[in-house]
Amino acid sequence: MRLSLILGAALSALVLALAALSYLWTPGDVTAMDIANRMKPPGAAGLLGTDHFGRDMLSMIMVGARVSIAVALVAVGIGMGLGVPLGLAAAARRGGWLDELIMRGNDLIFAFPSLVIAILITAVFGPGAINAIIAIGIFNIPVFARVARGAALPLWQREFILAARVAGKSRAHISVEHILPNIANLLVVQGTIQFSLAILAEAGLSYVGLGAQPPLPSWGRMLADAQTLVAVAPHLALVPGLAIILTVLGLNLLGDGLRDLLDPRLRRVRT
Amino acid sequence: MGLIAYLARRLLSLVLSLAVASVVIFAVIEVAPGDPAAFMLGMNAQPETVAALRAELGLDMAPLERYGHWVLGMVQGDFGTSYTYRTPVSQMVADRLWVSLPLALYALALTMIVAIPAGIYAASHRGKPGDVAVMGLTQLGVAIPNFWFAMILVLIFAITLRWFGAGGFAGWDAGFGPAMKSLTLPAIALALPQAAILARVMRSSLIEVMGEDYMRTARAKGLTRSQTLWRHGLRNALIPVLTILGLQFAFLLAGAIIIEQVFFLPGLGRLVFQAISARDLIVVESVVMLLVFAVIMVNFLVDLAYALADPRLRRGA
Repeated sequence: MRLSLILGAALSALVLALAALSYLWTPGDVTAMDIANRMKPPGAAGLLGTDHFGRDMLSMIMVGARVSIAVALVAVGIGMGLGVPLGLAAAARRGGWLDELIMRGNDLIFAFPSLVIAILITAVFGPGAINAIIAIGIFNIPVFARVARGAALPLWQREFILAARVAGKSRAHISVEHILPNIANLLVVQGTIQFSLAILAEAGLSYVGLGAQPPLPSWGRMLADAQTLVAVAPHLALVPGLAIILTVLGLNLLGDGLRDLLDPRLRRVRT
Repeated sequence: MGLIAYLARRLLSLVLSLAVASVVIFAVIEVAPGDPAAFMLGMNAQPETVAALRAELGLDMAPLERYGHWVLGMVQGDFGTSYTYRTPVSQMVADRLWVSLPLALYALALTMIVAIPAGIYAASHRGKPGDVAVMGLTQLGVAIPNFWFAMILVLIFAITLRWFGAGGFAGWDAGFGPAMKSLTLPAIALALPQAAILARVMRSSLIEVMGEDYMRTARAKGLTRSQTLWRHGLRNALIPVLTILGLQFAFLLAGAIIIEQVFFLPGLGRLVFQAISARDLIVVESVVMLLVFAVIMVNFLVDLAYALADPRLRRGA
């Protein structure tokens, strides 16, 4: 469906643009308190109202988007950067000890409840954006390894790969030069999906106080702050919640749309 | 490969998974900065007192020895003694499990009740407005953070409508009804994203099955569309649904950690967070290991159920 691609791209672009814009300009100051204007509903003070310290919510959302995107980007980067080479290596030596080791290791990471391990890591090494990135990133490795391996395996049977082997190219060379460009589509699609999952995970970790630390605004912590005030000022919870939902929804729709666009053969129902 | 060989292989990988998991968890806790004994006694403690406490807690043993001690203890049901509460961790876990486990099962039941009919409905109305609506809702369902949904549920059903309490647990002593009532909103919040995922799996699985030859044969022998769906389609389509359900149980147990924070439920999640802030690492270590154990075990049982149900899956699994 083209609609999902357009809608997804528009939503994702909007979030990215807001985050980028926040480096140059925000409607209000996210570090300045203004107690006289605290918890003003949307419209009364600023487009999205003010929080419990009188800070402009739109500005908080914009700067928060920066944190969410940065954490998700690096976490997915870790997953891709380590997972794809592992998956390619496993496929290049199918059935070998390396393949076996990589796939068993992956099974193991998959069996771990990721949130629990993320909590363990941040609990032990201290809360913070960096540890959140590592915790989320580790669980992206097996996902990308599996996708890369699964997509690379059938390619190794194809004639153009055989030709390259006959020409004397090494397996590593072939993996980078011929396999990788052919599975890039799939990796991009998976990347979008993992990106949205990372945003949700970061919000969850921040919500329980294990993500980005104050004074850095983050969507998850805005929700944690809102929890006790939700009855008095529902917009404190609604605004960051909707920011997360629209971002994740946008990325998921973008992923679906990209998949349909890049590879019509894969037009399966997403699970 | 026969069933016995399959079982042996699967059992071996189960033990291996648990062993690696325990090493990883132990190692992570091991490198944690800070000495629990020093932390417990405060800044002004005498070095001798700290050393005595370290010996009492077994912290003076070599790491390998301590690991062996920990694992052997767990096998016998002894999870060590909490640094802060000085009570057996197994006791604390057992108490909390009576909240977390029913919550996860409650959420699992809700997930199935909503997702399976929704998936069947969408698959049998494929491409029609009903299907589009269900798919749109599931798209939204996976995008909503469950802890946010929990807050909104509290706002609507506890604060505004006053149908439920805003948090806390009535306790099983108060009776089954009140206890379940205090778990209802948390279970709904937990179930939402999982139900969205499961509905999608149910739908795509059923659509795939409906395209199979044996479905056409069933139609050809004179069964109606709905008869083939109910008699042949559903049974086959439920196989992938069960796998996902097994995985989802893990997410529900783990997800309960955050949801318990929203509702102030005295479950495993709150235990973990209290232990983290008190640097009661033995509690963190044991609870995490227990959760991992539960997840690996559930997946093992799901695999086993398959092997019994479908001989084809025993080969090369």
